[in-house]
This record gives sequence, structure tokens and C-alpha cells, in this order.
Amino acid sequence: MNRAILLHQFLDHAAEARPDAVAVDNPGSGTITYRGLAELTDRLRDRLVHLGVRPGDRVGVCITKSIDAVGAIFGALKAGAAYVPADPHAPMSRAAYIFGNCAVKAIVAENKFVDGLRQEGEWPNGLPPVVSLDGSGDGTALRTALQREQARDPAPVVPTVYPDQDSLGYILYTSGSTGRPKGVMLTHRNGVSYVDWCTEVFDPKPQDRFSSHAPFHFDLSILDIYVPIKHGSTLVLIGYEVGKEPANLAPLIAEKRITAWYSTPSTLTLLAQYGNLQQYDYSALRYVFFAGEVFPVKHLREFKRLVPHPRYFNLYGPTETNVCTFYEVPKVVPEDRTEPYPIGKACSHCEARVVDENGKDVQPGDPGELIIRGPSVTQGYWNLPEQTAKVWFTDGSATKWYRTGDIVYFDGGGDYVYRGRRDRMVKKRGYRIELGEIEACLYRHPSIHQAAVISKENEEGVKIRAFVSPRDGVKLSIIGLKKFCSENLPIYMVPDLFSVLGSLPTTSTDKIDYQRLKAME
Amino acid sequence: MVAPNQDEIARGIKEFILREFLPGENPDELTATTPLVTAGILDSVGTLKLVMYIEEKWGARLSAHETDVEYMNTIGNIAKLISNKLK
Repeated sequence: MNRAILLHQFLDHAAEARPDAVAVDNPGSGTITYRGLAELTDRLRDRLVHLGVRPGDRVGVCITKSIDAVGAIFGALKAGAAYVPADPHAPMSRAAYIFGNCAVKAIVAENKFVDGLRQEGEWPNGLPPVVSLDGSGDGTALRTALQREQARDPAPVVPTVYPDQDSLGYILYTSGSTGRPKGVMLTHRNGVSYVDWCTEVFDPKPQDRFSSHAPFHFDLSILDIYVPIKHGSTLVLIGYEVGKEPANLAPLIAEKRITAWYSTPSTLTLLAQYGNLQQYDYSALRYVFFAGEVFPVKHLREFKRLVPHPRYFNLYGPTETNVCTFYEVPKVVPEDRTEPYPIGKACSHCEARVVDENGKDVQPGDPGELIIRGPSVTQGYWNLPEQTAKVWFTDGSATKWYRTGDIVYFDGGGDYVYRGRRDRMVKKRGYRIELGEIEACLYRHPSIHQAAVISKENEEGVKIRAFVSPRDGVKLSIIGLKKFCSENLPIYMVPDLFSVLGSLPTTSTDKIDYQRLKAME
Repeated sequence: MVAPNQDEIARGIKEFILREFLPGENPDELTATTPLVTAGILDSVGTLKLVMYIEEKWGARLSAHETDVEYMNTIGNIAKLISNKLK
């Protein structure tokens, strides 16, 4: 088999090698074979090119997780474009902002989102052309939409575009400290080098069945989508609703004979707490991967007790690098262990160092910032040259390293251990949240004078707490504040707790005193 | 034991939500019709916690579809569902 250097070549190769194998299984909706997925995405490629999409362009995708959404992704890639997945469950203003920000050339979206995208965005030249789906599920909605368009305005068959490996493959938007999400630009080389590393370490087989629990705008989805497709295995989609319902999720993993599960520790914790895991047969499960946040050992031990036989891996890495260090959890988690497990060693395609504020390597055991280089590291943020410049560290030999912002130390056993952040980013249930983005949202509230947001962590996880003071003595209701946030931010960014104060404490230089706020109970 | 009536259940749920998710809020602001899920008061984990509380306090088992937003979005709806189950 030829070696794939582009993400969509994984699909080309699998469609040749295993045309009748199931590529994607969307429980409750249906399945699609590799041949079917290749054909469907060829037709979307033709349509997108007909709509004017050219190599180097972006295509927005706003579809509930489904075979249709997978089709949209590969259709965009086959047209030579980068796909930009937006969260269909967040307020549409966010998706509209994202698509406008990176100037998508076309959008593939479900009908029900199109009005929201049009109304909530700023489109000086009108909304870009939309391939509009009546729904989503087993790929029928995308196929029907394409047939309808074909009857109305035929798009000629065009060849698949195979751009340079350093062309953008996808842009993933994450929370931005200045109040707007920022787009992490990732190339085919970034994605493929990571997928190839997964092959090396996990040795996937065609009969494997990989879960896709994370949403497609989340970087965990890169392993979920491309590793099974590279190996002609099956991708089992886990819908947004069932993914949050441990009582339904636990039997689904067993029924679908999933062999490789990948999610945040929060989801595994909920499964252990509420999933009645002992009732189900997980004998097919070979791997449990977790990433996105620290896994409290108490909950990891409990999950392993209920599902003991798979191999467990802690995969660490920000969206900008995807997984760059990894650690295999030992077979037995000692009863008296409370310290979370390390993030492990650098993956073979990455190099890691720990440096102080001056960029000097620290001694083993001393904390410092983890910096990473390698073929999976991002080019930077879309249209944000200043923020991009800030994340690079250039060493004496002019090599660029990505500064993760994570403080780690190197332990005696050869592993990196995570200590915390050097800035105001927090991880809640695997979602990356810039506290500054929540503050920026609160400042848009007409009755808020001051706002400050902090995070607190305990064994239950991370809680976000907002302190606000009202303008002109207006009475603020906490319910009203939560509602305002939920209309303007994704649900995971809505603060858990609000405190309304007459005014916020300040330091001697008149800045908000976060230390005092943190000390408040 | 006499089954609790709908008002008693609503009061219990209200106290739980105020304590767990809205500390500091004026209790009068939270009514039987305040949207819980769609206004960002209950997220998925919050809903699970509330379901656990209901099961422990009143012994009412909720099936998976009953934890959907159409049943869980207001205290009034939740109390009605629980009191019907306990009858």
C-alpha cells in the first residue's frame, strides 16, 4: 500500500483495500462502507469545487455528529480545502463568528442552522454558498442534498485535489483569552504524523472498532476519525446526547463491541459512577485512551477495577501539537496512590524540553514550561500573528519550539509530570477554557460593571466561579446571569457559581485582586 | 409511608438546586417555571446529580428518556413526573 501523506489518502487507500468493510457506524441511524463513503465524498468534492472552493480555501462544517458530518469533512479535504468544524450545540453566534473569521468559501450545514448562521454573523458579501442538509444520520441527508443540487445545477466530476503536505487540513477553534475563539491551523503533515505515531504504538487492526466520543471540533477527534480510516477499521460515532448519558453509553460500548475507547477522564468517571459497568461485557475492549485533563487517581482506580483488562494510556497534548507525550498506566493502581499519573514520555515524532523563563533547560525534578517541536506542531493561529509569535520559543540554533504554557517537571523514572498552567487557561471536562473569554462575555452584559472569573479544583473536578459587580446598583439575578452566559457561550463555559459583590477588590495598582477573590469562600 | 405530594417534591427539588447550583440566589427568583437546562442552570452533570438526589430522597427511578430536557427543564415538570411515579 502506498504511504499516505495527506489525510484524505487514508480514505482513498481504505476504499481500495477494504471497499465493503464498514467505515462508519452511527448507532441508531445506520452504517456506510468504505466504497460508499468514498463515493459520497467524491460527489461533495465535485459540488464544492463547482461552488468555487479551491486548494487553500476553508470549508465550514456545522452538522450534528453523523455519517453526513464525516462525509462533509472528507469532501472538503478532497476539494483541497481545510475543513473548519463548528460546534452545532453552542450558540450559533459562535459558529458564525468562526466561519466569518477564517473566511470560509463554502459551508456544509444542516438546514436548521443556516438561518442562525446568516443572522448571527457579519457577512459583508452575504453568507457563502451553503450545501444545506435536511438532517443528519446515515449519510442520506448529504446524498439527497447533493442529488437535489445536481438536478438543479449539475456539477461536473473533477479529480480529487492532492495539495502539498504543508497545506492546511483543518482549523480547530479553541477558547481565546481576548474574548473570541482562536483558530489553531493544522496541516496535513501535522495530522498524518500524529496518526502514523498512533499506528506505531497501538498497532490498529482492520477488525478494530474505534469510538468517536469527542466532538469533531475537539482535537481528540483526529485520532478518532483518521486512525480507524487509515487501517480500514470501523469508526463508531457516539452522539452528543448519548455521550453525556452514562446509563445509555455504558451498554452501547458493549453492544457495539468497541475495541478502542477514547474520551476525557470526566466521561470515564461518569461511566464508573453512573454506568453500572459491571453489568456489561467489555471483553472486546483492547484500549482505553484518555486525554484533555488530569484524571483523579481515585476515579481512574475505580474505572480500572470495573474494566480491568484493557491497556490504559494517558495521552497528553494541547490542540496545537495534538498528543505529544504519552504514558501507559500500570496494570495495578495502588490503593494508597493519590498523585495523578505522569503525562509520560515524548512521542517518537516529537521532541520535548522543560525550560525556565529565560529558555534555559531546568534540572530534572525542577518545574519549568514544557516546549515541543516536531511535525505535528501547528503553524499558529488563523489571522493572529501577534498571538502566534508569543507561543514560539526560538532556541540558539534557530529552531522553533511551541510553548505549551503547561508547567511540568521531569521525574526520576523518565516521565514528565504535569503541575499546572502558567496562564489563565483551565480545562473543564477536557474543554479548554480561557477565563478571559468568559470575562469578556460578562462585560457585554448591560448591567455588569466589573467581572472577574476564577477556577477552583477539587476531586469533583474544576469549577468556574464568576464575581460580578452591578452597574448603578442594579439588582443582578444569578439565574439571569447564567441565562445570559448560556446564550453567548458554550454550556461548558457557563460559570458554575456566581457571586455578586458591591465592587470587586483591587490591588494597590487598581487592578482586580484575583488573589483575594481566590481566598473568598 | 404516605407518598409526598407534588408541592413537597417541588420544594425539595428547589432547595437542592438553590444549594447545589445557585448558592447566593434569592429563592424567589427560582420558580416552578424557570427554565433549568435551557438557561444554563443544569448542565449534563448537574442533571445527573439531580437525578441521583431524586432517586435517593424519594426512591423514584427515572428511565433514560425521562432525563431529557422536556421533562427536566422546570421544577414544575420534574415534580409532576416524580409525584406521578410515586402514586
